[in-house]
Amino acid sequence: MTKEPVAVVGIGQTKHTAARRDVSIAGLVREAAVRALEDAQLTWSDIDAVVIGKAPDFFEGVMMPELYLADALGAVGKPMLRVHTAGSVGGSTALVAAGLVAARVHRTVLTLAFEKQSESNAMWGLSLPIPFQQPLLAGAGGFFAPHVRAYMRRTGAPPGIGALVAYKDRRNALRNPYAHLHEHDLTLDQVRSSPMLWDPIRYSETCPSSDGACAMVLTDRAGADRAPYPPAWMHGGAMRSEPTLFAGKDFVSPRAGRDCAADVYRQAGITDPRREIDAVEMYVPFSWYEPMWLENLGFADEGAGWKLTESGVTELDGELPVNPSGGVLSTNPIGASGMLRFAEAALQVRGRAGEHQVDGARKALGHAYGGGSQFFSMWVVADTSPAG
Amino acid sequence: MTPAPSPEVLQAPLVVEFPFTRSLGPVQSAFLTGLRTRTVLGVRTTDGRVLVPPVEYDPVTADELADLVEVAPTGTVTTWAWNPSPRRGQPLSAPFAWVLVRLDGADTALLHALDAPGPDAVRTGMRVRIRWAAEREGAITDIACFEPYDGAEGGEAVPHTGTFTDPVRSIVAPARLDYTYAPGRAQSRYLKALAGRATYGERCPSCRKVYVPPRGACPTCGVATAEQVEVGPRGTVTTFCIVNIKARNLDIEVPYVYAHIALDGADLALHARIGGIPYDEVRMGLRVEPVWSEDGRYPDHYRPTGEPDADYDTYKELL
Repeated sequence: MTKEPVAVVGIGQTKHTAARRDVSIAGLVREAAVRALEDAQLTWSDIDAVVIGKAPDFFEGVMMPELYLADALGAVGKPMLRVHTAGSVGGSTALVAAGLVAARVHRTVLTLAFEKQSESNAMWGLSLPIPFQQPLLAGAGGFFAPHVRAYMRRTGAPPGIGALVAYKDRRNALRNPYAHLHEHDLTLDQVRSSPMLWDPIRYSETCPSSDGACAMVLTDRAGADRAPYPPAWMHGGAMRSEPTLFAGKDFVSPRAGRDCAADVYRQAGITDPRREIDAVEMYVPFSWYEPMWLENLGFADEGAGWKLTESGVTELDGELPVNPSGGVLSTNPIGASGMLRFAEAALQVRGRAGEHQVDGARKALGHAYGGGSQFFSMWVVADTSPAG
Repeated sequence: MTPAPSPEVLQAPLVVEFPFTRSLGPVQSAFLTGLRTRTVLGVRTTDGRVLVPPVEYDPVTADELADLVEVAPTGTVTTWAWNPSPRRGQPLSAPFAWVLVRLDGADTALLHALDAPGPDAVRTGMRVRIRWAAEREGAITDIACFEPYDGAEGGEAVPHTGTFTDPVRSIVAPARLDYTYAPGRAQSRYLKALAGRATYGERCPSCRKVYVPPRGACPTCGVATAEQVEVGPRGTVTTFCIVNIKARNLDIEVPYVYAHIALDGADLALHARIGGIPYDEVRMGLRVEPVWSEDGRYPDHYRPTGEPDADYDTYKELL
């Protein structure tokens, strides 16, 4: 029996910001969910199940927050699932929800991811004082910066590539009313001269810390027929994982990421992603991860990702726009960041991305990764249903 | 089968502690601010029930709720459990009863503590009232506890605007978790060897890779690693970053170099600090050796050996 086609018919997100002091966690997720329902012109009673994701509970210190959020998400009396795969969780949450529709377990599923970083400190949450271990790490940047240096050495990329990515994404964010950072006056020179935090990563090349939520309504073919606006159709979705550290791990281009991309392209019938995909929303928390993932995801040959960035291919008006929404570099409610990538890919093929719409986008990739480059989740969405 | 605990295995307390903040939103803000003025607020649901403590969204219809009501400070115990040995941070230091109390005017019960001389003095259906804290700040602890009460019953819930001057909009919720951390047999062996200034990895019997630090198993092959292999003490910096951010509670002056070091004989890099060289002269391929701390269990940092740099091809597979 073939799978049920999965359609995205509702998308909602909050205006991401450093601190949403006016709402509780319940109020935050509610806002995104209500907007997704409004987009789909559905009500709570139309939802058969809720699938929610967020990063580690330590981030806000609410253990199993999904239990307390059931009321806010209309999940009482329905199945509710929680997904956790570190920073990639927003993507894997959407894929778990999509699987329920594809398998015809449920017809219409609300999926949602969030983080309220203002209630805690993610750097602390990631650096618990484990006995017998030498305290060394200085946050996620300290973890990823050596891998950026390895990429530069391996490919011979000139040192200014990261700044180009950061400047592009912050400019794109100005077109996205929901983005956290709206740095209207930022110049490329300012990015290049911003403080060096974890050499080779500068301040302006790092993601902010955000409060935000993202929600999507996924449904079957019949649900898509009733949708008020054009749906985005899922053509492929995959997850892969590997250990944080193992002998032979390629931190610059992890095998789990390459395998995940290959699986998604196979499902979607894509043989030349660079030509066949019109827009990419990839998880770039530190600027250099754009060229790194361009290679890992098969958009460029090994060692050539930075050339796409340098030549403007990934600009909003380039041949392969990357992160037209402004990306993680402009908005990072950690647990929601992966779902934002998936949702922004869907917005593009629905033609509903507003000022940051990529002209003629018909097929888009959403990508997320998490942990120590150990969890990957991706989907390809398009403006036509996979069966025709 | 789980091996019996061994005196060879290290363990140590691990305390996880953080003052989380909570943005309250409109309903919890009104509820906690009310307590400050000895006012207990509930919320009326779409079907007319009164929930205390109040919630923001209707559990039945998922509607947003905003119809606040005031209920009485007196109520009835709906169920209870005796707590013979209170722990740190609990409402009372002497033994007490955990109680669910349905306040007069409410349809649901609130969890709190009942001050009672012993379990024989507690029963379901007993009447109780709030004992207010002398100093109140807009927190659930403004209710010090409940106490037995034989006075008049409170009336119906009455509408309340929920408006107060200087409302509490957020609270700090300190959290603390106490664990006993045990790093396991492989790590314990590794750490004990380090104390003797020797570094031992473990070789996978299948892929032959040497893991440092060892975890007792090869994550790629999924088999136990038992063969110990001494590695180092010298090694090669495979990659690094220069940290310019001073971490909280971390006694390292910035800038410092955080490096991945492949010890000679190891098949993956470990992470350590580089010293004994200006931070801006550290490079990939630099040859280093450990500098042991006086009383530490690990090298304090690594310093240059003075050897020529390692060729890129010798460590590029370890990046």
